[in-house]
Amino acid sequence: MKVAFWPGCVSKGACPELYVSTRKVAEALGIELVELYEAACTGAGVLSEQNPALADSLNGLTLAMAEKVGADLMTICSTCQGVLSNHNYHLKRDPQRLQAANEAMAGSGYEYRGTTEVKHLLWLLVEDVGLDKIRSLVKVKLTGLKIAPFYGCYILRPSEYLGLKERPERSTYLEQLIEIVGGTPVEYMGKTKCCGFPMIMMNKDKSLAMGANHILEAKDKGADLLVTPCPLCHLNLDAQQPDAARVVKKVIDTPIFHLPQLLGLAFGYTPEELRLNHHVVPTTRALEKVELKV
Amino acid sequence: MQWTVVVGRYSPPGEPQPKGELGGIFPPPYEKAPPKTYQTFKVDLPDHAMVLDALIAIREYQDESLAVRCACRSAICGSCAMWVNGHARLVCTSKLSEHSPGGKVTVEAPPSMPIIKDLVCDMSVFWKKNRAVTPFLENKQPIPDGQEYRVPNEAMENLIQEVSCISCGACLMDCESFAVNQDFTGPAALAKAYRYTADPRDAQTKERLGEYSAPNGVWDCTHCYECVQVCPKGVAPLDQILKLRKMAVDAGFTNNTGTRHADAFAESVRDSGRLNELTLVPKSLGFFNIPAQFGSLPAAFNLLRAGKLPPLIHHKIPHLERIKNIFKKIGGRFK
Repeated sequence: MKVAFWPGCVSKGACPELYVSTRKVAEALGIELVELYEAACTGAGVLSEQNPALADSLNGLTLAMAEKVGADLMTICSTCQGVLSNHNYHLKRDPQRLQAANEAMAGSGYEYRGTTEVKHLLWLLVEDVGLDKIRSLVKVKLTGLKIAPFYGCYILRPSEYLGLKERPERSTYLEQLIEIVGGTPVEYMGKTKCCGFPMIMMNKDKSLAMGANHILEAKDKGADLLVTPCPLCHLNLDAQQPDAARVVKKVIDTPIFHLPQLLGLAFGYTPEELRLNHHVVPTTRALEKVELKV
Repeated sequence: MQWTVVVGRYSPPGEPQPKGELGGIFPPPYEKAPPKTYQTFKVDLPDHAMVLDALIAIREYQDESLAVRCACRSAICGSCAMWVNGHARLVCTSKLSEHSPGGKVTVEAPPSMPIIKDLVCDMSVFWKKNRAVTPFLENKQPIPDGQEYRVPNEAMENLIQEVSCISCGACLMDCESFAVNQDFTGPAALAKAYRYTADPRDAQTKERLGEYSAPNGVWDCTHCYECVQVCPKGVAPLDQILKLRKMAVDAGFTNNTGTRHADAFAESVRDSGRLNELTLVPKSLGFFNIPAQFGSLPAAFNLLRAGKLPPLIHHKIPHLERIKNIFKKIGGRFK
């Protein structure tokens, strides 16, 4: 299977472990990644809000690049997914917006015709690769690990843009994958809530409290770790966790895994290969539970 | 058809207490909400019945002490917003058949709001926020000849979405910023604020924008889309908040982290095609905001120690001229 691959900025920046583990998992599953090296940042919603036409065209260009590859566009970041889905939804339905976006990218060698589907790795795994194929590749069962799914916002809401109206089961994929790798999903209220990242600059303490609350709730329900499909959630939940613990005055100390890191472990990659030794919150204790070491 | 309805009951201290299964303390940020007693009722109702039909049936035929607030039963009055399976909904338009996963539906007052009794929460916090945004027109003076204001149809079309708001409070009940910051103005009030700010008859546009861009205003929304998701009338409060942000920036209210963040973001994409995480944080916080700059150092140090600090040399994407051209054509303030 071939996909046009948009890794997003953060997997090439502060979360390189996400990029590395995605490559590994894709290799194991036989997904050919045609990376869009020439695509621009989606604008993370910030550009969409201040200049919708600009964001239409920047994202339209990325969608056109995927169109040329002739495959679905795969993201590994919920924020990229949300922004691309949002603009794709409108560009497909509003000929005027599509025309304006294409006029602005004139001369680039690309024109968007409105045929690209944008799919996060999480959706692709369940809907295109298939659970049976994933199951057949599991070499290391993560039995005994209690794993809390953390969806965050932009892979779920607004459901209209993200295809959840047609496929409401998309809100259960993390749990399905956790079970396939042998873990036990932890049910908790915070799993579909906001990590706080979008307002970390504007209101740091409240943003960190938001993230801390969800991790603590999962921990209270027995979670050994959280798994997320979004590197921005990862930044707020992992990189900021020491600060967040200070804000809520509690010990948190709960590791946060990227989705492909979890699958990679089950596929037999070592924690080092998946850069699980490069997290701010040590992953050691969770890994020891399944007799893995970093 | 028989339905199973689990109702979260609460009575203030001193009043007869409900019997049933005592629920636990809510997880943070709702830990201050009093625990409820959950009672299970069986109700016979047809397939098309709503959750509110079940609650009324329970009150009429099984337990007259159940407190429910409702009136129109047609999604107009906005009285019956409450939690259905953990999300704010109008129970009058929520079908039992669509909200009974696993064969039951759980209905309770949202823990984000003060509770009065059973399913009735105290909405005064909601109304206080609404009043705080001056939710009425302050007309331009003098009144034009003919004693009425005339506005082009297009100018009002932009406001229709917010005008559909029935003030049910569902958006505030599930607002994630409000959950951690009780002073946040909140989605409904800010959507209402947009409705009057964007009204061509209003004379206080600039004053309003200044007020709404202050702390606890438009920039304190965490952009989680919960309000868009739960609004039963398609108001999409977040979309209105984002329009207010843009209006505020365009009107010159730019000395805030939100605007600096957007500017730094745009500059980075324009000049390299990608986000430069190293410069984004200091630029957003403002170079002279020394405490905030220091405050971001521990996180940067933690990233460095974990070997996660973004590359010090920020690379440009190939064929950057394509991106620059798009910015040149429609960049607006980001040109």
